[in-house]
Amino acid sequence: MNNIFFQLFITFFKIGAFTFGGGWAMISIIEKEIVDKHHWLERDEFLDQLAVAQSLPGILAVNISVAVGDRLRGMKGSACAALGTILPSFLIILAIAIFLTPDLIKSNETLSKIFKGIRPAVVALIIAPVISSAKAAKITWRTVAIPVAVALLIWSKIPFVSSPILYIVLGGIGGYFWFRHQVSATRAAAEKGGDEA
Amino acid sequence: MIYLKLIWAYLKIGLFGFGGGYAMLALIEREIVGPGWITEQMFTDIVAISQMTPGPIGINSATYIGYVAPAESSVAFSSPFFGILGSLICTLVVVLPSFFLTTYTSHFITRHKESAIVKGVFTGLRPVVVGLIASAALLLMNSANFGSVSSEVIPSILICIAAFCIVFFTKIHPILVIVLAGIAGLFIY
Repeated sequence: MNNIFFQLFITFFKIGAFTFGGGWAMISIIEKEIVDKHHWLERDEFLDQLAVAQSLPGILAVNISVAVGDRLRGMKGSACAALGTILPSFLIILAIAIFLTPDLIKSNETLSKIFKGIRPAVVALIIAPVISSAKAAKITWRTVAIPVAVALLIWSKIPFVSSPILYIVLGGIGGYFWFRHQVSATRAAAEKGGDEA
Repeated sequence: MIYLKLIWAYLKIGLFGFGGGYAMLALIEREIVGPGWITEQMFTDIVAISQMTPGPIGINSATYIGYVAPAESSVAFSSPFFGILGSLICTLVVVLPSFFLTTYTSHFITRHKESAIVKGVFTGLRPVVVGLIASAALLLMNSANFGSVSSEVIPSILICIAAFCIVFFTKIHPILVIVLAGIAGLFIY
């Protein structure tokens, strides 16, 4: 069982089984396994695949495993890598879902107390990345209106305008035109500067 | 048919899930909790369970919701077989768009990563992703998670503030924060 497909599966299975916290926590471990340990990709090749994985929708860890598998052995490689990433979560959660049913949480007094304490903490775990992602996205006082408006409109639950998909599409289209405008503006400025010189 | 509805919902989640797990929560809330396939409390519990188990939150939630939703939709689907089938379907469907998009567009993106299309679209998406995560947090600040009487709301708010401070200002792992909140719940209620 030393063929590359099995190796891809096992490597990503280990990553899927032992990384808590998803996405970014996984990236550095994937990089170590793929680049430093197995030498499947050069570091810059890996970073290219990472850029692809980040640019596409979906689960980051799955995207990167598909991109690496595809780069190494095409469709079959990506299927093995993706299966490895997915399978540990799938099996663990399935076991939890079978035994820890919503009815059990509700009817068991101890469990219902524990979950009453946990739920507000989960909300806090989601508030924290709002601030860190705002910093990473370089949100300023001028652009802060965008995330605030998006969050409030989705929260409003008003039909149609509360659809997250609407803002993903608008953000993508808006970003494209804004970027094109910026590029042509800099080009015009450069040409004007050239004429004067 | 619950399975077709789940497929359609998870196809949308897989196809528009930009910005990672937390941003994806806003989509899951809209597509899964909105139609009433699972309750608000179940949704929060899934997020908690996802945090405490390995693997990406997108996969974890698809597997859990796929198992729970058929039984919630009809008594006819209460046997575990229908749950396992739902888990398999949701997990496969949520990764399907990733799978095809990554295999078919990776060359295009690598070649055009400096172009206006790729760069512009992602510059525009970034502030939206911040808004998506914020909306997920807002949507979860409700009576299902914080309780409806003051004997529940006040401890809930205190737990939320304490958990936020720990996660934001220290390097203590989120799993430990969830465990501590669970213990706090055990003592308070």
